Amino acid sequence: MSAGRVVIIGAGQGGLQAAMSLRQEGHSGPITLIGGEPGLPYQRPALSKAFLKTGEADKLALRPESFFATKDITLRTGEWVDAIDREAGVVRVGAEALPFDHLILATGTRNLRPAIPGIDRALDLRTLDDAAALRAALDRPRKVAVIGGGFIGLEFAAVAAGLGHEVSVAEAAPRLMARAVSPEMSRRFRELHEALGTALHLANGVTEVTETGLTLADGTEIAGDLVLLAAGVRPNTELAEAAGLEIANGIAVDAELRTRDPRIFALGDCAAFPEPGSGRRIRLESVQAATDHARAIARTIGTGTATPYAAVPWFWSDQSNLKLQIAGLADPTDDSVTLEDGAVLRFRDGRLTAVETINNAKIHMKARRLLAAAPVPTRDSLLQRNYDLTAA
Amino acid sequence: MVKVTYVAHDGTRTELEGDPGDSVMSLAIANGLDGIVGECGGSMMCATCHCYVDDDWQAATGARMDGEEDMLESAVCEVTGRSRLSCQITLSEALDGLVVHLPEEQV
Ligand SMILES: Cc1cc2nc3c(=O)[nH]c(=O)nc-3n(C[C@H](O)[C@H](O)[C@H](O)COP(=O)(O)OP(=O)(O)OC[C@H]3O[C@@H](n4cnc5c(N)ncnc54)[C@H](O)[C@@H]3O)c2cc1C
Ligand code: FES
Repeated sequence: MSAGRVVIIGAGQGGLQAAMSLRQEGHSGPITLIGGEPGLPYQRPALSKAFLKTGEADKLALRPESFFATKDITLRTGEWVDAIDREAGVVRVGAEALPFDHLILATGTRNLRPAIPGIDRALDLRTLDDAAALRAALDRPRKVAVIGGGFIGLEFAAVAAGLGHEVSVAEAAPRLMARAVSPEMSRRFRELHEALGTALHLANGVTEVTETGLTLADGTEIAGDLVLLAAGVRPNTELAEAAGLEIANGIAVDAELRTRDPRIFALGDCAAFPEPGSGRRIRLESVQAATDHARAIARTIGTGTATPYAAVPWFWSDQSNLKLQIAGLADPTDDSVTLEDGAVLRFRDGRLTAVETINNAKIHMKARRLLAAAPVPTRDSLLQRNYDLTAA
Repeated sequence: MVKVTYVAHDGTRTELEGDPGDSVMSLAIANGLDGIVGECGGSMMCATCHCYVDDDWQAATGARMDGEEDMLESAVCEVTGRSRLSCQITLSEALDGLVVHLPEEQV
């Protein structure tokens, strides 16, 4: 059982989970959870899904206020950490210096704002305030123009189209969700959005946000009196960088999610960590990574024994009536095998890397278990079973 | 108001009151109850909201939802015929007095 002072910077999904898991691991020392956003820690996934329809903000809180007193977790939200002073072993919040024995960086990401003219007119979808502003803007018929055909842009587009708004999506890549899913899955979702009446402009980046909408690379003008910017994010690494920690598309950590300073860990959206198995550094933006990272760090601190992180990634996205589920992690160039029911298996060097399914929890769950096994199934062994994962 | 009793693994009973439309998971989370994690927020992705419906309430809570069975397979504690994902049980007046039992662990 550990007793040191733990400070957690960032009171989002991962920061809160770290605090909760530390108590579960029996950590008895003080835990301070500091977050810049006001209010209770909340879940983001619903911001581009149910919340846009219901507006029920109180349903988003991850835990009620009373929980923090019960667990003896000091929650300080609406306060930004200004600096980490490693020499003094403190974090600075305004004039105050908070000492730590262990520090967990859970600062998440912020929207990438490309330097194109007029971009200030585009709204973000990252925080509860952002989502509330968008929801309010959808109160009358709108021409919605979305910059970016990734998960968040498409989830928003699906909700807006479902509510009867006129929706366009502009994406610089030649296909939707290109970084994360197979070309086959991109196509399936393209069909979905087209069936919803959404105009998709692929391989056509935005060059300007105008008074009336968007101008695209090929000169096309899209009408938009509500413009959403959903063209990716940047990890919040500035505090770590200023403190002299290594940055590599995120705060660089080892297999135990520790930075070069053994007192300091990083988790979730802001952390660049070695992929279990391959060892190459990756950064994931998912509830799974944030919470599983948090649990691994809490175990390391709580038990005093190093706990390497080894979880299988999973992710979901709800767009209209399709629930996309992804188990594992594929590169955009990994091979694809599409099954009869639309599930897509991804392979690299003859080994299964990921499984993409639509409305099929059975195969998704089976895939998570297969990917957790050592060794991961080969393409040949799965082919022998006609790619029937349930038989594997 | 719909009353739900959560019986923890050690036998501790907690009575909570929710509104029709809440889920058994969200009511527990909103009250900071230990024993239900609800990591995915009710998206049927995590199985950290596993519960056992009391025998007297089997009929009232009805059958498992589409896909629930598959997700339950990844629950960490034993899955029985009474197992449900609590995020998939929606409160209604008909469930007033519902009793659910919680597993020892969720993750
Ligand atoms: C609209 C939307 C939809 C999503 N949908 C899904 C989904 O369907 N499935 C899925 O798995 N994931 C989804 N995600 C991603 C998921 O929400 C994130 O991966 C997850 O929240 C990451 O947790 P985190 O703790 O790393 O960061 P966050 O939850 O973002 O928390 C970081 C917090 O740190 C705070 N912070 C930063 N710097 C400081 C500082 N200096 N001082 C104090 N506080 C600071 C920030 O204000 C922020 O509140 C979605 C995200 C968004 C925005
Ligand atoms: S809360 Fe995740 S499956 Fe119920």
